Amino acid sequence: MGGVHPPENKFAEKASIEVLPPPKTVFIPLSQHLGVPAVPVVEKGDEVKTGQLIAKGEAFISANIHASVSGKVVKIDLVTDSSGYRKKAIVIQVEGDEWADGIDLDIPLVKECQLGREQIVQKINENGIVGLGGATFPSHVKMMVPTGKKAEYLIINGVECEPCLTADHRLMLEKGEEILAGISIQMKALEVDKAIVGIEANKPDAVEHLKNLAGPYPGISVEALEVKYPQGAEKQLIKSLLGREVPSGKLPIEVGCVVHNVGTSFAVYEAVQKNKPLIERVVTVTGSSLKKPVNLWVRIGTPVIDLIEAAGGLPEDTGKVINGGPMMGKALNDLNVPVTKGTSGILVLTDEQAHRPPEQHCIRCGRCVTVCPMGLEPYLLAILSDKKRLEECEQERLMDCMECGSCLYICPSGRPLLDQMRVGKTRLGKLIRERSG
Amino acid sequence: MGKLTVSGSPHFHTEESVSKIMYGVIFSLIPAMLVSFYFFGLAAIVVTLTAVVSCMAFEYLIQKYLIRGPLTIFYGSAIITGVLLAFNVPANLPLGILVIGSAVAIGMGKMTFGGLGKNPFNPALVGRVFLMISFPVQMTTYPRPTAFSTQLTDAVTGPTPLTVIKDGLSRGEKFADLLAQLPDYSNLLLGNIGGSVGEVSAIALLLGGLYMLIRKIISWHIPMAYLGSAAVFSGIFWLISPETYPDPVFHLLTGGLMLGALYMATDYSTSPMAPRGMIVFGVGCGLLTMIIRLFGAYPEGVAFSILIMNAFVPLINKGFKPKRFGEEIKNG
Amino acid sequence: MNEFFNETTLLSVASLVAIGSVAAVVLYVVAQKFKVIEDPRIDQVEDLLPGANCGGCGLAGCRALAEAIVREERLEGFYCPPGGNQVMQEIAEALGWEAGEQTPMIAVVRCSGSRELSPPKVNYEGAMTCAFAHNLFTGEGGCPYGCLGCGDCMRACQFDAMYMDRQTGLPVILDDKCVACEACVKECPRDIIEMRKKGKKDRRIFVSCINMEKGGVARRNCKVACIGCGKCVKECRFDAIVFENNLAYIDFAKCTLCRKCPPVCPTNAIHELNFPPRKPKAGKEDAPAQA
Repeated sequence: MGGVHPPENKFAEKASIEVLPPPKTVFIPLSQHLGVPAVPVVEKGDEVKTGQLIAKGEAFISANIHASVSGKVVKIDLVTDSSGYRKKAIVIQVEGDEWADGIDLDIPLVKECQLGREQIVQKINENGIVGLGGATFPSHVKMMVPTGKKAEYLIINGVECEPCLTADHRLMLEKGEEILAGISIQMKALEVDKAIVGIEANKPDAVEHLKNLAGPYPGISVEALEVKYPQGAEKQLIKSLLGREVPSGKLPIEVGCVVHNVGTSFAVYEAVQKNKPLIERVVTVTGSSLKKPVNLWVRIGTPVIDLIEAAGGLPEDTGKVINGGPMMGKALNDLNVPVTKGTSGILVLTDEQAHRPPEQHCIRCGRCVTVCPMGLEPYLLAILSDKKRLEECEQERLMDCMECGSCLYICPSGRPLLDQMRVGKTRLGKLIRERSG
Repeated sequence: MGKLTVSGSPHFHTEESVSKIMYGVIFSLIPAMLVSFYFFGLAAIVVTLTAVVSCMAFEYLIQKYLIRGPLTIFYGSAIITGVLLAFNVPANLPLGILVIGSAVAIGMGKMTFGGLGKNPFNPALVGRVFLMISFPVQMTTYPRPTAFSTQLTDAVTGPTPLTVIKDGLSRGEKFADLLAQLPDYSNLLLGNIGGSVGEVSAIALLLGGLYMLIRKIISWHIPMAYLGSAAVFSGIFWLISPETYPDPVFHLLTGGLMLGALYMATDYSTSPMAPRGMIVFGVGCGLLTMIIRLFGAYPEGVAFSILIMNAFVPLINKGFKPKRFGEEIKNG
Repeated sequence: MNEFFNETTLLSVASLVAIGSVAAVVLYVVAQKFKVIEDPRIDQVEDLLPGANCGGCGLAGCRALAEAIVREERLEGFYCPPGGNQVMQEIAEALGWEAGEQTPMIAVVRCSGSRELSPPKVNYEGAMTCAFAHNLFTGEGGCPYGCLGCGDCMRACQFDAMYMDRQTGLPVILDDKCVACEACVKECPRDIIEMRKKGKKDRRIFVSCINMEKGGVARRNCKVACIGCGKCVKECRFDAIVFENNLAYIDFAKCTLCRKCPPVCPTNAIHELNFPPRKPKAGKEDAPAQA
């Protein structure tokens, strides 16, 4: 049902992941995950080592944050985030690269995990692992299946349906063994015996590679999926793999599934077997105008401009820089914002590509209805949102909208459908919260 | 480097635009246009041009001097209205009448409701039905097809196949005998029959429809539902009494059914938004067309049935929502 | 039977009369059965209200206000901002009650970050609605507290009392049309618009900035931001200026409109409206007269 086919533009598909050296200063925001911001445990002037805990996630839905470099805490201050608003962050001046004790940096691959369920979840929690697909939901929370529910399948999301991005693709090719080991750890923690890795069919090499490697792992299968955006959305992925539809407003566990990104599986492997916290991630830096589109291992907190420099510098005709992919990413106000746990890519668009088509009359072509993967009617929801008819919005299931952007992509009249629906969602969400007290 | 642009996601947009879609529809009408030029000659060209020019002129004048809003004339929708209106009238229609029809189509059918995308009724059909009721004689005097005719008004006239059948059956003649008086089905398919300018050639219209389907300008739902339900409904009566009811193939190939199903019923703003609604809409059109053709006073019912169903579109949009994700829980 | 009064016409007249009589009886019975007895005072009050249904009273339209007033049997707590004291007085007279006075209020835009003073750093494209832009980013000028300039307040105004100045990109409130219905105050996602006392002769002094950032940061985005220097607080003799979170706020209940604070503001963030122009060395002499 639904879906669009934007141009794939995977420029960095063949570029192996390179390591970006730590910058001079890192800015580590305290809120890089969904949920309550972490609370700093270091102070101005403290010396920290790479991998040392610097902020603790104390609430249930929160995550620990670790120093991604070694050096001195310069200040804990407000730093501009990708929306331009200033949020609290820990600023560290880099001195050398000295790692904290207890992190095994180069032990060979460990396939077997000796730890028990509780210990695995605890390691994931301690090391601040969050969903690396973009939503940055704390992973340890997902690992705790609510009482009364039972997980049947672990779904691993290697779809990467966002055009341009290649981070997960490269990770699957280069760290396939570790990913599979990570999946088996996650299976153990969730007490499931079946795991499916879903990969879009436009990455045949990754499908082939993981299929070959998955042989010795019992219960892990790899499936190639139709190329279609948003194939990698949680609910759509479950539907494609198992034919099950997650009911409106419910979580995947409702149909016996837990979904994790491939990047998260890799991070889980490193956290559990090597005791390495989440302090770096793969970021695709791409764009048709960039000299050298690359995939980089980047320390969390590195300014975006450093990544663009590594890809050959910012082109003259740049009109837009996006944190994330072209369909769901956020346009940046400022290029000095730091990379966070959720940054999967930096996309540079030329001035020509940066603009929206001019807004015209709605011709009621119904394309937005056809492409909506949730079976909604964006044209109607946009009007209702605009007129603040929130009760009707609720009946038309506005809250099911996952903001994938298919409607705004396909609209031949260039109407800001999703913009208006987002306003409606914010207002309706507030109304629902008020109603429930 | 200039200023960065900030906007909400997504940051990619389709290549398609309103005018590209409209010109795609016009492009797909070319085969039917060529066939009509071949059979009805210069008269067809003149009628088509007059309708297009007058529709564009009325849209321009109304937007410029009455509404004083932005001009939508270059989107091409007025051209489509013009072409479709011309396709729906006899080639020998006096041009003055046609200009009145264009004024009604654009003025009453489209601009009164706010213009592009807001009209509940198909403008070309509003124009056609207006002319049909106001000038019944001129609107039902169809020229006989003659290859490469250069005559404008004095062409030999004759009834359409549907009129022949309707009149004959009402006199109590048998369908098979009547059919023998008419051109065979291959001529019906090609368009070598009497009728409105653009409706005669089923094959040319199908070709255009195929192009629109491939370009994804229209979806299959409305044409298939329309033609399918018309065929099934007429087929049932034909099976009951082959002597008094024409067979489905005859119905599909004659009159404005092809033109209506592919171009009129699929008009964006006057058809439902969701696939399920489109099917309901198409089936409704098909049934109404056949009811009018078989039991009504007029030999042809495409225009009326589409206009009637147009009125139901808001209701259909409310009643037949797309299938919501997670609506039925299937555990496999 | 002549040709006019034949059987057919008589029959049709008779049947129509019959149908009409039956329908009349049915209508009468239904009307009696479902009759709603309403306090006639509700209509009386509604007629006195302006009928704009603006919702400024906090209720859903004029009818709702009339119903509430009559149901609660009191005027306290109800106020029609567009009608003002005059209308409330009229209602009180009509009902034979006492009416209280309320200070006339007016909406005030507390941001002066025009395109010139807070130059756009990025370029926004998309739905022209502040509600969305506010969630998306800090605004073209970069100030996270400043006006986004998409005009949601203007669209919320039902009295044509607002327009967007094309030059500055800021909303402008027309003193003579604003009825203080608070529609714009509720609409603004950044709470820039405030209801303030209309003041004698429409004279008002207020801090035209709500930026709570540190001075340096605020100043980077906007030349007329309140930088939190506190000079105005020291200048004020009436304790009317509250200073909190790097931001000065003038309490209109305490302000005596003495005009002492505007000149001391280093960024010209304090605005004075509808005062006569200052004399070259003015300040001390005419201040007591104002107070």
